Amino acid sequence: METLERIIAEHPFFAGFDRGFTHLMVSCASNVRFAAGEYIFHEGDPADTFYLLREGMVAVEVPAPQHKPIVVATLGVGEILGWSWILPPFQWKHQARAVSDVRAIALDGKCLRSKCEENHDLGFEVVKRFARIIEQRLETTRLQLLDVYGARR
Amino acid sequence: MLAGDAMEVHGSGSDHGSAPAGILDAGGLGKLIELLLCRGYEVVGPTVRDGAIVCECVHSLADLPAGWTDEQGPGYYRLRRRDDPSWFGYSVGPQSWKRYLHPPEVRLWSAQRQGESFRILNNELPRRKYAFLGVRACELVAIARQDRVLIDDRYKDPIYEGCRRDLFTIAVQCTQAAATCFCASMGTGPRVDGGCDLIFTELAGSSGHRFVVETRSKLGAEVLSEVQVAPATGQDLQEARTAVDAAAQQQVRSINRATVREVLLQNFDHAHWDQVASRCLTCGNCTMVCPTCFCTTVEDASDITGDHAERWRRWDSCFTLAFSYIHGGSVRTSGKSRYRQWITHKLASWIDQFGSSGCVGCGRCITWCPVGIDITEEARAFQGGDHGNP
Amino acid sequence: MNVAAITPDDPMLPHLYRVTDVGKETPDTFTLTLKSTGRPNGSTFQPGQFSMLWVFGVGELPISISGDATEQDRLVYTVRSVGQATHALVSRRVGESVGVRGPLGTGWPKALARGRDVIVVAGGIGLAPLRPMIYEVLRHREDYGRLVVLYGARSPRDLLYRKELAAWARQGETQVLTTVDYGGLGWRGHVGVVTTLFKYARLQPERSLAMVCGPEIMMRFVTQELENQGLSRDRIYLSVERNMKCGVGFCGHCQYGPHFICKDGPVFSYLRIRPLLEKYEL
Repeated sequence: METLERIIAEHPFFAGFDRGFTHLMVSCASNVRFAAGEYIFHEGDPADTFYLLREGMVAVEVPAPQHKPIVVATLGVGEILGWSWILPPFQWKHQARAVSDVRAIALDGKCLRSKCEENHDLGFEVVKRFARIIEQRLETTRLQLLDVYGARR
Repeated sequence: MLAGDAMEVHGSGSDHGSAPAGILDAGGLGKLIELLLCRGYEVVGPTVRDGAIVCECVHSLADLPAGWTDEQGPGYYRLRRRDDPSWFGYSVGPQSWKRYLHPPEVRLWSAQRQGESFRILNNELPRRKYAFLGVRACELVAIARQDRVLIDDRYKDPIYEGCRRDLFTIAVQCTQAAATCFCASMGTGPRVDGGCDLIFTELAGSSGHRFVVETRSKLGAEVLSEVQVAPATGQDLQEARTAVDAAAQQQVRSINRATVREVLLQNFDHAHWDQVASRCLTCGNCTMVCPTCFCTTVEDASDITGDHAERWRRWDSCFTLAFSYIHGGSVRTSGKSRYRQWITHKLASWIDQFGSSGCVGCGRCITWCPVGIDITEEARAFQGGDHGNP
Repeated sequence: MNVAAITPDDPMLPHLYRVTDVGKETPDTFTLTLKSTGRPNGSTFQPGQFSMLWVFGVGELPISISGDATEQDRLVYTVRSVGQATHALVSRRVGESVGVRGPLGTGWPKALARGRDVIVVAGGIGLAPLRPMIYEVLRHREDYGRLVVLYGARSPRDLLYRKELAAWARQGETQVLTTVDYGGLGWRGHVGVVTTLFKYARLQPERSLAMVCGPEIMMRFVTQELENQGLSRDRIYLSVERNMKCGVGFCGHCQYGPHFICKDGPVFSYLRIRPLLEKYEL
C-alpha cells in the first residue's frame, strides 16, 4: 500500500494533491498491466475505472464497420486514461487498446465516487483536475479537426 | 521635410543650389527642349490626349498643354481652358512618371529550349536616357520614394536603374492646387527643394509669361548655360514665391502626418473598414495612378511549340485576389482587407519599411477612384473615431 | 545625374541547374537534387533560406532548401505537389534543367543557437526548411546542446524523411518524436496534434532555442505551448510563408505588416511577429 501511495503521489495528475486525499485514494487503487494489443476497455462497457499510465502507450479508438478502428488520440506515461466513470451513465464512449505493454494504476470509479460524495473537498479537487484534462483533450481535438496539413478547402 | 527627402534623391546637387536664379522666356524653353533632344534625351513632358494631361514624348513647345488646366475632385477630372497661356497651369494628370522609370510591362528575359535544358536569351538590360519636363514637387519625392524601394535597398532592380541613372529632371513648381491636392500636409510640396537638375516657376501674370529658373545640379547648370537666361530680379523671385505659397494655401485636403501611422496600426479591427469596403470596387485604379505604388507580378508566356518561353513583369495591384494567393487560397479574400492593406501600407508600414511615408499627397487616388473614395477622409475617419468601434 | 554603378548581377535572372536526383517522400511530395552547370560556389546557403525555382514555360516558385549545407555542390528541395507549378517541378526528370535564383532570405539563427539546446517543431512539409538546421546541429554536435525534434504530420504516409527521422533518433543527445493527426490501426506511434508531444519531450527551456515551421495555425498553437513551457519569445523562431513573385523585395506580394517575407524573413523571431500572427487577413 505504501508503494502505491507513493506512485499515486508522484504521478503528474496528482501533483500538489493533499496528502490526506492521496491516502484516501489508495484504498481504491490497484496495479494493472496490459500486453501490447490488448483492449483495456470497449465502447459501451461499464466505466468503473480510470488509469494513471506509468509505462507504455494506449490508443483511444472509435470502431467503425467495414473499417479499421480510427485512432483519435494516443496517451502515454504521465497521462490519464478515462473519465466516463465521473458522470452517468458510467459507460465508455470509445475503446482503448494497449499499443505497447502498459503498466498503470487502476482507480476504482465506484469507490472513488462514494469517497467524493462523502468528502466534497476531495470531490471538487478531483473534478477540477479532470476538467483540465477534458479541456486539453477538447482543444487538441479541435486542432486535429482543422486538418491543417491538408490543402485548404 | 522636403530637404530631408531630397537627400534620398540621386544627384541632388547641394553645391549648385545657391546659383543665382534666372529668367527664361518662352523661346528659351523651346530652345531647351531642342538642346535636350540634341543631347540624346527622350524628352517626356505634359501633353493633352484623350481629355487629360498625360506625360508623353514631346518634341517642341507645341506639344505642351498651353492654356489648359484641370479640374479635379473625388472621382472627377475635366480639362478646362485657362484665361492665360500657361504651359504648366494644371496640377497632376492620371499618369505619373513611374510609367517611364518603372514600366508597366517589361520582358525580363526569354528562354529557348535546347533538348532537356534551355538557354536564356534577351536578357540585356534596358538603358534609357530620359529628360522629364514638368515634374511637380510631390512627384520628385515620389521618384525618391521609388528609388528607395527599387535601387537603394539590398537588391537593385536593374530595369529601374537603367531608366533612372541618366535621368535629367526639370521640376516645375505648382502655382495652383487641385481640390484633391494635399502635398502641403504631407511635407512634399508644393515647393521644390532639390532632387532635380533645374527648378522652374512659371509666371504668366501682368509682367509677362516667363519662368524663374534655379539650377540644382552641375548638369543642369551646363544645359542652362546654352540658352539665354536673364538675371532674375527681386520682384521676379517675390512673385514666384507668392505663386507657390498660393498653391499651398489653396489646398483643402490634408492628412495628419504626425498621427496617421499609429491610428491606422491601432485600428486593424475597426468597424470603419467594412464601411469603406462597401464602397470600394477593388478595381485597383488607385494603385495604378499612385506614383509610388511599385508592386509587380511576373508571368510566363510560351509560344505554341513550347520551345520558347518568356518572363514578363507587369504592374500588379494589392486589390486583386490573386495578389496574396498561397496554395489553397488567398490571404486577403475580403475587399476590406485589401483596402486596409493598401492604405495601411501607404501611410503606415511604408514608414517602417523605408523610413518615409508611401504617400506624397498628389491626390491621384482620389480623382481616379470611380466611386470617389478619398484617402484623406478615410484616414480621418479612424482619427475621428466617430464611426464606432465594433 | 549620378546614379550608383549598375550591379552586374540581375537578381531576376535564374541560374541553370540540372536535376540529378528525384526521390519520392510521400505520395505527393518529392525531393529534388539540383547541380549547377557552371556556377562556382553558387550552391552555398544558410539553413532556412529559400530559392526561386523556375520551370521552363510554367512558372516560378519560392521553395525552401532542404539539403545539407556542407554539400556545396548541390541544392536540395523538397516540394509538395499542390498546384500546376509545383506539379511541374516534381515532374522533372533526371537530366532536365531548372532555373534557380537565390539562395534568398534569412536563415535560422545559427549563431544564437550555438551552445544551446535546439528544439525543432515541424508540421507537415514544414520539416523541409528545418532539415538543413538538423544537419547543422548533427554535423557540429559539440557546438550545440541537446536536439529535440517534434514532428507532426497528417497521417503516417505523410511523414517526410522517415528513415532519417529514425537515424536521427539514434544519435546521442537527440530526441525525435513524431505524431500524426490520423493514425491507422497499423500505426504504433503517437496520434494527436504536435503540441501533445511536449509531454514526452525532455526539455530544458531556460537553455533552449526553438525553431518552428508548419502551417500558420499550427505555428500559433506551437508558439503558445513553447511559451507555456517557459521559452521566452526571443528564443522562438518561425518561418513564414506568403505569396512571392520576385523574392528580392521588388514585387510587394510577400508583405506581412511592416515586413517583406522575402528579404526580412522567411525566418523571424516570434518576439518580432507575434502581434501579426493574430491578425486575420493581414
